[in-house]
Amino acid sequence: MNFEFSDDQKQMAAEARRFLAAKCPTTVVRAVLDHGLPYDQALWVGLAEMGFLGVVIPEAYGGLGLGYLELCVIAEEMGRALAPVPFSSSVFLATEFLLAAGSDAQKAAWLPRLASGGAIGTFAHAERAGAVTPKAIQLSAADGRLTGAKTAVPDGGVADFAIVTARPAGGSDARGVSLFLVDLGQPGVTRTTLQTIDPSRGHARLEFNDAVAEPLGAPGEGWSILEQVLDRAAVLTAFEQIGGADRALEMARDYALERMAFGRPIGSFQAIKHMLADMYVSATLARSNGYYGAWALSTGAAELPEAAATARVSATQAFQHCAKNNIQVHGGMGFTWAFDCHLFYRRSNLLALNLGGQSQWEDKLIARLRARNAAA
Amino acid sequence: MNFDDTPAEAAFRAEVRAWIAANAPTELKTALESAGFGSLDMKGVDPMAASKAWQKKKADAGWACLHWPKDYGGRGATPIERVIWGQEEAPYGALGGIFIIGHGMCGPTMMAFASEDQKRRYLPPLAAGEEIWCQLFSEPAGGSDLAGLRTRAEPATDGSGDWIINGQKIWTSGAHYSDMAILITRTDPTVPKHKGLTMFFLSMKTPGIEIRPIKQANGQSGFNEVYFTDVRIPDAQRLGAVGDGWKVSLTTLMNERLSIGSGMSTGFPELFELCCRIETENGLAVDDPAVRSKLATWAVRTTGLKYTGFRALSALSRGETPGPENSIGKLVAGPTMQEIAMFAEDLQAQAGVISDPEIATANGRFQAMLLRSPATRVEGGTDEILRNIIAERVLGLPADIRVDKDVPFNKIPTSARN
Repeated sequence: MNFEFSDDQKQMAAEARRFLAAKCPTTVVRAVLDHGLPYDQALWVGLAEMGFLGVVIPEAYGGLGLGYLELCVIAEEMGRALAPVPFSSSVFLATEFLLAAGSDAQKAAWLPRLASGGAIGTFAHAERAGAVTPKAIQLSAADGRLTGAKTAVPDGGVADFAIVTARPAGGSDARGVSLFLVDLGQPGVTRTTLQTIDPSRGHARLEFNDAVAEPLGAPGEGWSILEQVLDRAAVLTAFEQIGGADRALEMARDYALERMAFGRPIGSFQAIKHMLADMYVSATLARSNGYYGAWALSTGAAELPEAAATARVSATQAFQHCAKNNIQVHGGMGFTWAFDCHLFYRRSNLLALNLGGQSQWEDKLIARLRARNAAA
Repeated sequence: MNFDDTPAEAAFRAEVRAWIAANAPTELKTALESAGFGSLDMKGVDPMAASKAWQKKKADAGWACLHWPKDYGGRGATPIERVIWGQEEAPYGALGGIFIIGHGMCGPTMMAFASEDQKRRYLPPLAAGEEIWCQLFSEPAGGSDLAGLRTRAEPATDGSGDWIINGQKIWTSGAHYSDMAILITRTDPTVPKHKGLTMFFLSMKTPGIEIRPIKQANGQSGFNEVYFTDVRIPDAQRLGAVGDGWKVSLTTLMNERLSIGSGMSTGFPELFELCCRIETENGLAVDDPAVRSKLATWAVRTTGLKYTGFRALSALSRGETPGPENSIGKLVAGPTMQEIAMFAEDLQAQAGVISDPEIATANGRFQAMLLRSPATRVEGGTDEILRNIIAERVLGLPADIRVDKDVPFNKIPTSARN
């Protein structure tokens, strides 16, 4: 049994943590939040120089050609630092779509630029409020042109290209959904920056008006490709959430040790101790479930759909739980703009929605467990 | 990252598997696998005799108490080998239930504090299941606050050096079938509570001991009250110095939490199976989104515990000590099991009231789980004590302020009303 990251992987995590401690203190997150910036460019360049934007991209395309376990430990550090950059959009989604379904020409055109940070990619999927089901995809595709709108697109304001879900006008089933790669710099695309619950990560509405689009993957295969990519992104996002949960727990613990009330540290009151113990339990369960997801992702195991949903559900619970109780432990100070608690609270709730909400992942998890039991 | 055995572990597993295949009481397998919750009902087979027979067979072949030294009846195996044995022994491991306290807690305490002669006399029969041990710790006035115990040990007045014990213990698992016990007593009530305690071991047949089973809230009787009236113990049966009983008990309790926390069931697989065949207004329960949401929460707690265990095993496999994350086991499993039992009952609706295993859904498993689960959240450290332990030992938060800490034991208030 070796259910643990290797020494090399741990060393890579330590390197990422040192780098982020230097280049991404919460003042950097705050600057993006306060000034309405789309992301921190200096940090983005630094991450590219470290090779972190192309961890799993093959060396032939300018990446490091490493595995998913390496990417998981970096994702955890990015989450811990609340890194205000389009990392998840470019690395977890755009890169994964290209690796899963891109043509050789598409890979050659975009993967080297994704690895170098020279291009930002994203995934444009939701069109309105509510779970994104096949029938909720109504953006229309005809003759290599897209018309319609996508909303709440992560990094939609700065991405160079997006992977977009669309269908021929009129249909509603999964088989009608196709993927398109769209250059967002063209006149047929209008971007509107959106105000969101976490302004340290930019989001935009994208309007496509007869925009030129090239197919990604076979027509009608869009839904099945995106399900696979979302599972992969779910494991990676889970690590981002695990990192955030751990940091929120540490902040709460540290504050409970230093804050005095009624003549004693508040961390000596059982009401506070038990809250922190429960946060530790959530964070520990999420980490262990995350390891399972990482194992499945890195080995291409048949269990990946189930493991991804498990990691995702557990990590969402843990980050939301730790972030909200971090504010509770800080009391009134936790609700000030000056304290960092709200940065974690905002991010935990943003990550809970990116890739689809908790109830959708709960549903997927049980459906997948059921399918496996039925097959057994 | 992988789930594979190392070559040495694989070889050990193969050896274990072969021995178990050739020697286990296979005629009991079905009964053991479907045994009810909280009891070992094997319909016609005496569980005590079956347990002792299997333990003796293992001991004779060198498969008992694997982690103990060979000189004391063990095998001198590594922690990971012990785990592999446990994985392979299932479901026959259920036959070891009556020995858990002796092997997991009393044995290690004797190993640390008894004389060499005593270890050679008592540990091998304990390992072989020939003598069963219990631990006489909790008292009516000392549960979570164990150091508040009141059972007195006083020097005999005849100059023999013996000790005379008077008092009462409670919640003693298996006292009614135990041969031996470790016993914590108060030898000095004039010093603060942790400082006046002393540990002993004794035969449960010693004159002056009276055992009364406790009828539990679920109707079963696994625990007992044990009364001591002028029970005489030679000083040679003292474990550790006079006044050091608290320190000695920590050895025992550390082992208790290790044994109890490992491999705990939450009831999730059973619930999932039920949801795949029970109907609700919206079709099968498992297809109902509200049910799915609850199931998902319990599913990830269950796998989270499983993979937390795997992380601990990985540490053992590398020869390291597992991290503190293993301390969450019972704190997660106990409440989860109770929630699952209540939800399974809800799905059965009116028929959920039936607990007769001959008629009830899933052989009454959920009804038994419902009635037994409150105990899981109390025994071996309540949920609240476990949270304190995580907060203090894992997160480094200050210990609770103890108003009785420096007060002589006999000056500590014992009633909330003056």
